[in-house]
Amino acid sequence: MTDVETRLKALMLASLEGDAAAYRTLLAALAPHLRAFFRRRLRGTDDAEDLVQETMIAIHAKRASYDPALPFTAWLHAIARYKLIDHLRRSRVRRTLPLEDASAVFAESDADAAAARRDVEALLARLPERRRALVRDVKIEGLSTAEAAAKSGMSESAVKVGVHRALKALAAMIGERPGP
Amino acid sequence: MKTEALIERLSEQAPPARPGLAPRVVAASLAAGGAVSFALMLVWLGLRPDLSEAAATSAYWMKFFYTLLFAASAGWTLTRLAQPGAPALRQSLLEIAPFAALAAWSAMRLVNAPEEARMPLLMGASHQVCPWRIAALSLPILAALLLGLRRLAPTRPTLAGLAAGLTAGAAGAFVYAFHCDESAAPFVALWYTLGIAAVGALGALLGRHLLRW
Repeated sequence: MTDVETRLKALMLASLEGDAAAYRTLLAALAPHLRAFFRRRLRGTDDAEDLVQETMIAIHAKRASYDPALPFTAWLHAIARYKLIDHLRRSRVRRTLPLEDASAVFAESDADAAAARRDVEALLARLPERRRALVRDVKIEGLSTAEAAAKSGMSESAVKVGVHRALKALAAMIGERPGP
Repeated sequence: MKTEALIERLSEQAPPARPGLAPRVVAASLAAGGAVSFALMLVWLGLRPDLSEAAATSAYWMKFFYTLLFAASAGWTLTRLAQPGAPALRQSLLEIAPFAALAAWSAMRLVNAPEEARMPLLMGASHQVCPWRIAALSLPILAALLLGLRRLAPTRPTLAGLAAGLTAGAAGAFVYAFHCDESAAPFVALWYTLGIAAVGALGALLGRHLLRW
């Protein structure tokens, strides 16, 4: 850690005297550190690289604010942290700001899903018991044909045919139902 | 843009820069704002007519010392807050010292005074205008400090704004002391401090919004 501090601080002081090569070396050395710093704190977002660049621009614009009497790493960390906090604050605002109609609150509802489930149950109740069990296993529970076959003691092709016929029967029932 | 390309571009435009900018900016802003504030005081309120006689009394110097020490300690904290990574908390405790000293002295004055003299010691003759005038005289200094801070890098904008407000308030109170003819310590401890605190609150509010970078 102190080695890093000594090396980076020497580069920073040379950069402040106008040494462009030292400055390039410094920024290139900082990039992986900053990238890791932001990635670890912004899991699952693509913003880390943007923040690396924003922080570099801030380092550039505010480099005269560095006081050589203080550690360079503390200065760098404070800037990176500030940029991170600023980013989180801004993105939180963005997330609560999308404009939408007041009715958007009512567009989705648990009640629709519950009603659909009741309709399906009513239709299934009209199927013969064996076929009802097949549809439930394969189409609702998500079992594979092989698993359903093992569970019911039927052959796989019999399961396939059974499910197919059951779905056809259900489709016919829906067709004969009066519209809402 | 790729980060490598950004590094290339930044390193191509890096003229030498003198480090340690914060103390220079804060001092320059204080000087510029203070000059405007002093001119405003001369034109608007005028020096107190008995300035030369008053200069021989300890009460006169008490006001100057209080406001000067307050401004110096708050200004010092401000320079720390304007530099990323500089510890500022211990310095900020300094600001309590001038007020604590004056408050202790005021309490002693009040306790030792006969009862009917206590209210005049505290209220003086100008308490209705004193904090407002201090706040008004502080505004040019606060503006100069906030402008200066935008060139620096305060990582805690609200705190930096508060420190700028307290510095400006104390400096404005220092300027106001050239006009004000109150001489009781309890009056200064209450009403001067109230004016300074109001400017501090304003600074915190403005800093929160103006000092983002």
